[in-house]
Amino acid sequence: MRAALVLLWLATPAFAEVAPFIVTGDALEAPLVAAPASAARGEAIVKNRETANCLICHAIPDPRERFMGDVGPPLAGVGSRLTPGQIRLRLVDPTRLNAEAIMPAYHRTEGLNRVDPRYLGRPVLTAMEIEDVVAYLARLKE
Amino acid sequence: MRRWLLLALWPLAVSAQEVRPSREFLSPALRAQQEDPSRHPGWLWVDEGEAIWRRGERSCQSCHGDISAMRGVATRYPAVASDGALLNLEGRIERCRVENQGAAPFGYESEALLSLTAAVARQSRGMAMSVPVDGAAAAFLEEGHAFYETRQGQLNLSCGQCHDANAGRRLRGDVISHGLGTGYPAYRLEWNGMGSLHRRLRACSLGVRATQFPLGSREYLTLELYLAHRARGMPVEAPGLRR
Repeated sequence: MRAALVLLWLATPAFAEVAPFIVTGDALEAPLVAAPASAARGEAIVKNRETANCLICHAIPDPRERFMGDVGPPLAGVGSRLTPGQIRLRLVDPTRLNAEAIMPAYHRTEGLNRVDPRYLGRPVLTAMEIEDVVAYLARLKE
Repeated sequence: MRRWLLLALWPLAVSAQEVRPSREFLSPALRAQQEDPSRHPGWLWVDEGEAIWRRGERSCQSCHGDISAMRGVATRYPAVASDGALLNLEGRIERCRVENQGAAPFGYESEALLSLTAAVARQSRGMAMSVPVDGAAAAFLEEGHAFYETRQGQLNLSCGQCHDANAGRRLRGDVISHGLGTGYPAYRLEWNGMGSLHRRLRACSLGVRATQFPLGSREYLTLELYLAHRARGMPVEAPGLRR
């Protein structure tokens, strides 16, 4: 049975693209990948308008960035308000905390409707990219 | 019992009243430009549309008279035709062309159809939307409403999550409006040209990384009907001017 499950895991791209994780309370404590995360890479991901596009809704404390959105809360000080584990769960799938959450799940492929075939079975961010963004946001202490 | 029903419906009625015209979400400069035909590039399409209205032996004008007879029509579309099909203005014009003028359809998003649609819609400019949603339209309305409320795409967003709950806030530099279709066809600066509501809806679908439906598809037609109903009482702004 276990072998069959593992095989299914490997054979289905939708699953293969999403790292397994365990939610504890309102956090996801364990990093999704063992490789060391990079806050510098995370900063680039946050600012990238083509992939994560975080700044379409959030503002970061960086005077070089213009035209940041205000649909979500400002990210200044998020590293003081939330632990890395809490940040991680909010990136991976905020609807686990609030079913009505407007923020997209950045590391989820199941339970979505009418996904553009180009993105079907792929999360917005890879497990490594999630870890990089967690590392960057955790440093935004004020 | 009836009183309880009314009370239960009250919050709905309040939120419907809070819908504001799209022009109120434009920058003051763009809003002024939308109101000024001499500075609104969309009027090039209106002028062309009025010319098409008069052109040819079996012209639109030969049956309908002057295009001013179209006053108020755009406030009532999309509408259900006698054969049960849901038609928006574009669809009605195309059908009239094929069935009554014996001509080939212009094609969705063609400059000619955009022009004629803009010229017809313009006759209702400033008039309040009042699309009928009873009878055969009711089922289409429900379909469009369900589409509006369904979270979709890789980004898992419903139309309402932005256009109800967050209207007035900013996505990057853009202010989120209540998402009415009243300004379409509209001249969008991003397009450098005129485009239909369905072209705009395709951009919304792409934005949330959802399936883009074809221009004139049932999904977008029923959504257009819901948006028109949601806009009841709001002024027709077509041809709109958008970023």
